[in-house]
Amino acid sequence: MSESTMKEFKVSAIENGTVIDHIPAKSVFQVIKMLNLENFNDQVLFGTNLESKKYGTKGIIKVSNKFFKSDEVNKIALVAPSATLIEIRNFAVASKTVVQVPNEIVSIVKCFNPNCITNHENIVTQFNVISKDELKLQCLYCEKITDKKTMVIK
Amino acid sequence: MKKRSLVSINDFTKEEQLSILELAESFEKNPTRKILENHVVATLFFEPSTRTRLSFESAVSRLGGKVIGFTDASSSSVSKGESLRDTIKTVCSYSDLIVMRHPREGSARFASEVSSVPIINAGDGANQHPTQTLLDLYTIKQTQGKLDNLHIAFVGDLKYGRTVHSLVMALCNFNCTFHLVSPLELKLPSSVKIHIKEKNLVYHQYTSIEEIIGSVDILYMTRIQKERFSDPMEYEKIKNAYILRNAMLENTKENLKILHPLPRVNEINEDVDDNHKAYYFEQALNGVYVRQALLARILGVV
Ligand SMILES: [Zn+2]
Repeated sequence: MSESTMKEFKVSAIENGTVIDHIPAKSVFQVIKMLNLENFNDQVLFGTNLESKKYGTKGIIKVSNKFFKSDEVNKIALVAPSATLIEIRNFAVASKTVVQVPNEIVSIVKCFNPNCITNHENIVTQFNVISKDELKLQCLYCEKITDKKTMVIK
Repeated sequence: MKKRSLVSINDFTKEEQLSILELAESFEKNPTRKILENHVVATLFFEPSTRTRLSFESAVSRLGGKVIGFTDASSSSVSKGESLRDTIKTVCSYSDLIVMRHPREGSARFASEVSSVPIINAGDGANQHPTQTLLDLYTIKQTQGKLDNLHIAFVGDLKYGRTVHSLVMALCNFNCTFHLVSPLELKLPSSVKIHIKEKNLVYHQYTSIEEIIGSVDILYMTRIQKERFSDPMEYEKIKNAYILRNAMLENTKENLKILHPLPRVNEINEDVDDNHKAYYFEQALNGVYVRQALLARILGVV
């Protein structure tokens, strides 16, 4: 795909909705799952392993007629820390923001501690984010710290 | 503190911890007071810990309360596969307070969320054992007359020992200096050291007791387990370096006291027991007073 057709694909395909750009190529399917887009009824377009000057390859997702609330979408920062949210209204870019790791993470991450009660009973996991840069999540239950290396997304 | 659970030592502020210690002093003077008549305390020991259970049950009995519960999971519905959620939901309708010990980390926090009565955590896996921390604080205060500005040495397995982690964190409220004596493989984790640094306090690390024993007020001994070493030869090499013998106590400070959460294996030689600086059996007895104070406060009878 040439540079110009890439641009075309990126921004012009939807009239209203959200484009999530700069997703690491390997995380595209995870983001789709985290945002529950599998069960979304309107149009969802996505591409992965696209060329990116900055990141080598990247993924992109476009969701028609959907505008995310920040706590709804910020959790994707766990797998796509540099993802950009572009809101499109009437084919034009209305706003552009970079996702941010939230202060608390509920339900989407599994506690890395095999002896944590959350891995043995039906419990919604909860973590306090104690470092956003290094991604350190402290389990509200066992108090152990799950980090980038040990993180498994449910 | 009335009706509140105690899961982690940090659930109580410094002032609340001190008020428990103060109340415990009054129970030390006068341990038998029938202020928990009409109260039922459940002790749920999903894994056995005779020492801790007896200490709690003694505390309840001396206050005139009734104890129900089980002493290990194999004799209860848990062995039939009942979830922790269901066990707690059932037991909280039979009792005014639940004391629980469970092999999984986080179990007590979870129980405190599903229970309608307060939970006292008597140990959740390798995580927290806050009543041990309170009784350690009580013992340090009892022997030194204060908690502030002390030099405290921790010896042994500082990596996995939850008792050490909680006590270090609690002592960070009191401007203490920490002397950490352990094999290189078993050093205090950085997650605990962060708390020392946050309070602008100082810690020093050593690999032998002799380096520091002469200048500390408290020597807190813990056991080193062979299983903690990736290389068993490494354990054989270091094991004798972390055993306290009576001869080592010459030229130590007059106010020095030796503490240990018990049970010990061989890390304190029996020849230390008769030295007036040995204080671990008194420490264990203090557990009853501290637990009496805690039960009375949480149940709101004092
Ligand atoms: Zn956990």
